[in-house]
Amino acid sequence: MSLAAQLIDLLAALLLLMAFAMLAQRRLMALIGLFAFQGALLAASTAVVAWSTGQAHLWWSAGLTALLKAVVLPLVLRRLAVRLAVARDVEPLVNVPTTLLVGIALVVVAFDLALPMAELAGTITRGTLGIAMACVLLSLLMMITRRRAIAQVIGFLSLENGLFFAATGATYGMPMVVELGIALDVLVGVLVFGIFFFRIRETFDSLDVEHLEKLGDRG
Amino acid sequence: MARDASFLLRFAPYCVFGCMVLAASIVPMVATGLPFAPAADVIALVGLLATARVFMALAAMDAGTAFGSMGARREMLVAGLAEPALLMVFFMPSLIVGSTSLTTIVETLAYQPFALHPSLAFAAVAFVMVLLAENARIPVDNPATHLELTMIHEAMLLEYSGRYLALMEWAHALKLMVYAGIGIALFAPWGVSPAGRWDLVPAALAALAAKLFIGGLALAILETVSAKMRIFRAPEFLGMAFLLAVLGMLILLLQGPPR
Amino acid sequence: MSLLLLLVLPLAGAALLALRGERPEAAAVNAIFAGAGLACAAGLALKVVAGGPLVAFGEQFHLDAFNVFLVVLTAFVGFTTALFSRPYMRTEADRERIGARGLRLYHAMYQLFLFTMQLALTTNNLGILWVAMEGATLATVLLVSLYRTPASLEAAWKYFLLCGVGIAQALFGTILLYLAAEKALGAGGTALLWTHLAAVKSGLEPGVLAIAFVFLLTGYGTKVGLVPLHNWLPDAHAEGPTPISAVLSGLLLNVALYAVVRGKVLVDGALGTPLAGRLMMGFGLLTVVVAALFLVRQRDVKRLFAWSSIEHMGLITFAFGMGGAVASFAALLHMTVHSLTKSAIFFAAGHAAQKAGTQAMDGIRGLVSRSPAVGWGLLLGTLAILGVPPFGVFTAEFMILTTAMGRQPWAAPVLLLALGVAFAAVFGRVQAMVFGEPTGEPLKHRPLTAPVFVHLAIVLLLGLWIPPWIAAWYRQAASMLG
Repeated sequence: MSLAAQLIDLLAALLLLMAFAMLAQRRLMALIGLFAFQGALLAASTAVVAWSTGQAHLWWSAGLTALLKAVVLPLVLRRLAVRLAVARDVEPLVNVPTTLLVGIALVVVAFDLALPMAELAGTITRGTLGIAMACVLLSLLMMITRRRAIAQVIGFLSLENGLFFAATGATYGMPMVVELGIALDVLVGVLVFGIFFFRIRETFDSLDVEHLEKLGDRG
Repeated sequence: MARDASFLLRFAPYCVFGCMVLAASIVPMVATGLPFAPAADVIALVGLLATARVFMALAAMDAGTAFGSMGARREMLVAGLAEPALLMVFFMPSLIVGSTSLTTIVETLAYQPFALHPSLAFAAVAFVMVLLAENARIPVDNPATHLELTMIHEAMLLEYSGRYLALMEWAHALKLMVYAGIGIALFAPWGVSPAGRWDLVPAALAALAAKLFIGGLALAILETVSAKMRIFRAPEFLGMAFLLAVLGMLILLLQGPPR
Repeated sequence: MSLLLLLVLPLAGAALLALRGERPEAAAVNAIFAGAGLACAAGLALKVVAGGPLVAFGEQFHLDAFNVFLVVLTAFVGFTTALFSRPYMRTEADRERIGARGLRLYHAMYQLFLFTMQLALTTNNLGILWVAMEGATLATVLLVSLYRTPASLEAAWKYFLLCGVGIAQALFGTILLYLAAEKALGAGGTALLWTHLAAVKSGLEPGVLAIAFVFLLTGYGTKVGLVPLHNWLPDAHAEGPTPISAVLSGLLLNVALYAVVRGKVLVDGALGTPLAGRLMMGFGLLTVVVAALFLVRQRDVKRLFAWSSIEHMGLITFAFGMGGAVASFAALLHMTVHSLTKSAIFFAAGHAAQKAGTQAMDGIRGLVSRSPAVGWGLLLGTLAILGVPPFGVFTAEFMILTTAMGRQPWAAPVLLLALGVAFAAVFGRVQAMVFGEPTGEPLKHRPLTAPVFVHLAIVLLLGLWIPPWIAAWYRQAASMLG
């Protein structure tokens, strides 16, 4: 087993760990930090794939990821949190252990789904697809369990991280046009989220999505 | 010493101390091929630690004071959660190596060519969490406190004095040493001298001293930066440890042994 | 050339309107750009119908009978909605529900939305298709919360998150597809091109494609509004401006379904089993039934028709899932007539709600006596959407039901029952709105009802007699879908 494959395995495991840590983290600023770290791990794993396979466009992708996911987005989120005065918020999470157990179950499901596919992924590692899928499912879980708008958005972005990892780890990256398009969408998406935060704040005086549950009972 | 207590109160310190000495003697910290090597099984090790704990809790309740019973109950709460996590942690190197014998694990991990084991990283983090909980360290317990709201381990020793207390405290110190030894054996086994190589023992001792120094430093830093958490958060903390261990195991199963 | 124009025009329109969108003539400019897009689309359609499928710009774009028909439909509904939005948005601006900045945003985003729709339809690259679908969400999400009321914010937030998560699943599906395609086509740019994939579809790894399709279906299915991923749809339709409701129902749902169907073609080729079809039938049937039941409970006119959209999308999904020449033909026909009828209904309902000053159906009464055009438009549109002959919806539903009776006999009674429930639920309410004692105030700007009747006339025509060239066109597309 080559060093690159081992490194990828390690980074993948750490990515999954970050996904779990985000699931259990109550403080918003720490959550943003974890997200930034996850982005950095993602960029590092992309760089390792680029280095080991010698695909030039993956270097670009790694650079883009590092810039966007590890620097720009966390900074934007941090500034948003400060400007919305929710930076010191501690989110009341109920029953973290149960959530984590559900998370474990999701990981098992993801691994089970990914195993047959991993066999035929001829790329340097087999485990990445399962871990990526697990990250995606965990981020979904995080979005479900969170009540604060910013935390939900971070869940959404970390979901995107999982998808990126699937793309680089399992397939050496999508074609460049697609990757650029996705990056653009993510960036615009965060912008729109930002606008949203202010609109929600302006209307409800809070970023708690509890207020956003009035329409539900209308069917 | 309490006059109404049974022989258990006097008997327990010897028992606890004996268990710890035995545990310390099977963990290959300096060299493999120890006299007790055939018995150096990780599951037996967990059993030894559990035996010590049971006697300690029984003795604490034997005195019949409120503090003793409370401490015993809290200790059991922590231990009941820490033990599965500890077992899961042990299973991971066992799976990698294919044996539950500590000697085999250390020999395999120490002398194989360099390899990254992501699952061992998870196990290491989980192990540190278990270590903190089992040895009554911050953030789970505070070994220096005698505050009724927070103490766990100390509450069980309140009835002891004299040589019994000394034995108990010694056993407690040994326990920390055993845990440190396990941690070193599983996650940093470099420098351990192979069986029959007496010439390498001094170097191994030096390496152990260095590792213990680093470990102690890390523990001190960890305890300094973290705050003691409420006792009701302890299950969550240990749940995290268990979860990390399970996660590591899953990753091990998914990624397979190093090819 | 017309393809390039088709894509560049809305972009240029968006840029222009982003700068000057608050001026009174902006609505007309919006309509002109949309109309020019329609001309381009028609030109393209003529070329494709006459000369067969074509690829362009280094194979990045691809047009065949299936998508070019949707291109024309999209451009047409986009154009008529732009016409309708002119008096509608002027009334909204007069009532100060929306300011100058809001209008600018509205017009620019409207063009941008049209661009993403056309890009999604014409691109040959499944990755770009994904990007365009996500772009469509981003373009419309701020429009849903245009009025900045708590309810509209909630609707937009729900829309954004649910569709965002859904579309992320679709991306995962696309990645898996790429993983399988890489094996057959080699790494690089061509492995996501639909034409290449379709050529080698039988050689793709079945296990991966099956899972990829599940992700694609849940992902794009969220945007189609398939139950249980439909939660955003009624809210987004009810709380946004009515023109946006019309294009969401008339265009976005179709395009999302188009993406699903494109995926199905590949998966069918790779698997050789009816797995994809069965999944689509299951989701479609569930959607029809749930939507019919929810229709009964609705109080808000726009929510009512949003649920009706969910119901119809379920039916179309079911038809595509059944597959075969007749069912696919019917599904394509149903896509066309649903999109035309539903946008017509939203035009009429939008004016009706403006007139009554409320979207609650209890507050809208006597439309026929106060403004006959709106009233009759709403009534006829409702009859059409409920599948009353001789409208085109009836033809499509009849074909779907008869095929279902022959091929999936268990499903036919369920569908029939659901359609019956929907009929009773919708017709009773609309009748009360159209007749009865009039309420509300007259509008300052004369409502534009011409698009309503043009749409309904086309639907009627398609019900009575499908012109042979359109039939040939559908048949060509249906045979491609298998």
